[in-house]
Amino acid sequence: MKHTISVLVENHFGAFDRVATMFSGKGFNIRSISIGETEIEEISRMTIVTEGDDQIIDQVVKQLNRLIDTIKVVDLSDAPRVERELALIKVSVPKGAMEEIKNINDIFRGNIVDITNKSLTIEVTGPPDKIDAAINLLSAFGIKEIARSGIVALKRGEQVRILKEKNITT
Amino acid sequence: MKNSGQVLTGADIFFECLRQEKVEYVFGYPGGAVLKIYEHLYDVDFLKHILVRHEQGAVHAAEGYAKASGKVGVVLVTSGPGATNTVTGIADAYMDSVPIVVFTGQVSSHLIGNDAFQEADIVGITRPITKHNFLVRDVKELAATIKKAFFIASSGRPGPVVVDLPKDVIAAKCQFTYPEEVDLRGYKPNYKGHTNQIKKAAEVISKAKRPLLYVGGGVIMSGSSEELKIFARENKLPVTMTLQGLGAYPGTDELSLGMLGMHGTYWANRAVDSCDVLVSLGARFDDRVTGKVDTFCTKAYKIHVDIDPTAIDKNVVVDLPIVGDVKHVLAELAAEMTTKPDTSAWLAQIDEWREECPLSYEDKDGKLRTEFVIDRICEKTNGDAVIVTDVGQHQMWTAQHYKYNNPRSNLTSGGLGTMGFSLPASIGAAFAVPDRTVVSISGDGGFQMNIQELTTAVANKLPIKIFIINNSFLGMVRQWQELFHAEKFSFTDLGASNPDFVKVGEAFGIESYSTSDPKEVDGLLDKALAVKDRPVLIEFRVVKADMVFPMIPSGASISDMMVKRLNPKRMT
Repeated sequence: MKHTISVLVENHFGAFDRVATMFSGKGFNIRSISIGETEIEEISRMTIVTEGDDQIIDQVVKQLNRLIDTIKVVDLSDAPRVERELALIKVSVPKGAMEEIKNINDIFRGNIVDITNKSLTIEVTGPPDKIDAAINLLSAFGIKEIARSGIVALKRGEQVRILKEKNITT
Repeated sequence: MKNSGQVLTGADIFFECLRQEKVEYVFGYPGGAVLKIYEHLYDVDFLKHILVRHEQGAVHAAEGYAKASGKVGVVLVTSGPGATNTVTGIADAYMDSVPIVVFTGQVSSHLIGNDAFQEADIVGITRPITKHNFLVRDVKELAATIKKAFFIASSGRPGPVVVDLPKDVIAAKCQFTYPEEVDLRGYKPNYKGHTNQIKKAAEVISKAKRPLLYVGGGVIMSGSSEELKIFARENKLPVTMTLQGLGAYPGTDELSLGMLGMHGTYWANRAVDSCDVLVSLGARFDDRVTGKVDTFCTKAYKIHVDIDPTAIDKNVVVDLPIVGDVKHVLAELAAEMTTKPDTSAWLAQIDEWREECPLSYEDKDGKLRTEFVIDRICEKTNGDAVIVTDVGQHQMWTAQHYKYNNPRSNLTSGGLGTMGFSLPASIGAAFAVPDRTVVSISGDGGFQMNIQELTTAVANKLPIKIFIINNSFLGMVRQWQELFHAEKFSFTDLGASNPDFVKVGEAFGIESYSTSDPKEVDGLLDKALAVKDRPVLIEFRVVKADMVFPMIPSGASISDMMVKRLNPKRMT
């Protein structure tokens, strides 16, 4: 089963590498991984989508926690959460297909961010299954390139006050 | 604090930090990137630098020092090959949770990544085999980094930490202050076990009919041998130990079942198979213990006490996990025991198993066997020596036959199984516990893997008893070849190419002896044990093709246990 795990790590040189090395060293899967800054300068958030049975996910969470540079590890899979991914999809524009592609873009509330005679680049944001659906529909025209950001996710509702509890000064 | 607030160079700060950490010994080897540190070392009088002859030896020596003393072992090497030579030792320390800090030199910051002379990305290389590692990028971070390194290495589940020191950082200057405390928000080891879980454990143990304590290296590391002794004896609980756990409980005690697992005793493995409550203390259910996980200890309610949460449910799913330091948990557990379990019938059953299949070997044919040598060493040292073994058959025979009375006495490479461990590790032990007898036992194969450290032993006049068990084979590999690989003894026969070990010893300036006669063993041991001011070497030329039994083959079940050789024609 797929799990989305949110990891707060020290924004140190090598912290990302430690996480990646742990996954490869232990033979765990990474379906997608994204990393970026948070509201606190010296902390980054990694969002990792992994898969495995309960015992494996239990180990993934524990092994992540065991790394010195990880501050907080939360498996979001059972929690109400917002998950978003961004994709850039470069699609061929066969003669006469422009309108149809634009329609699809509108349906998915995408943005056309680049255009040439023969291709369009569409930016789509949403839950991963929405992006899959957009790609699926656009593939009829011929997809030239895709770049996906990997998932970012947050728990719904009130802010998780982990950082305050752990006495972290910003 | 001396020198606090002064402006110092990185090299001076380095030594001030080691002074603050009360480091007594640094095992090291100089080179280009650490010349500045060695320049300052020249005037340092509060610690002793031990020059090894290969950087791998430095790490094993630091491990031996750490295991024998319980303190942090320290290594100092140069960049590039100096650093990469430490890798095997670091991996060894990681697998066996040994607290060491390895300082590696690094090329100057501006050259990092340029394929500079003697450059290696040691932080990248050692990332999966260290508890943590650091590249110090600014001299201002140096003191705090060293403080963190010692704290991380020695707290929680101990392990190796690498600190990479670029040449320019060592040379740069800043104001020195050593932090009083370490606060790592991502690292807070949990020492105290969950009270309700401990209460539950006490309840389960009280009601057990066939309880068994399964004890690992965590008991020794946490210094809870006394607590274990009291707990086991009060409640009449039998104790079986892992390879790393040997010494945690006295081997001669009637409640001791010796080692369990692949080459464990018949009765220990029968007890694991039949117990109704298994209490794991600081052990990790590794594959050499469990064999086939599906058939391992199926009848028992399993309680697992470990300071490392990742150890729990990793290999075997348990019924009651307790994350905490064994010392704290055992003390609390003992206090919670309101009624003692009645184990008399269970202990009688275990005694029957002892009778059924004791550890035995042929001792009537006049040939020299390893088991006999180990039995004699045990007798002559009263089970009180620090025994440092290498890896292979002699290691398993030592585990079976040496009855350790004390913790921190059995130093061996368990997790990684590093041949060449014994000799350098015994050097570290000899520095750590100068008042104890230190015995290094190696096979003829492993002995040659760090043979250069004979020089270190001689140069420091260390009274190590260097014993070589020479069966002219890579014996354990040979055993597997005989049992599982169609008797193809591929590249395991060292006989024709082995050196003359007595001449080797003598070339290094060591008084050396050799025998293949069981009748000479006691005399030679007496001679060696009497020497207090220099190493002594004895080669025991034992029969070539003996095998270690009992044996549960890799990945097999207790029902597959082999207790003797099936093909007697190979018995020479």
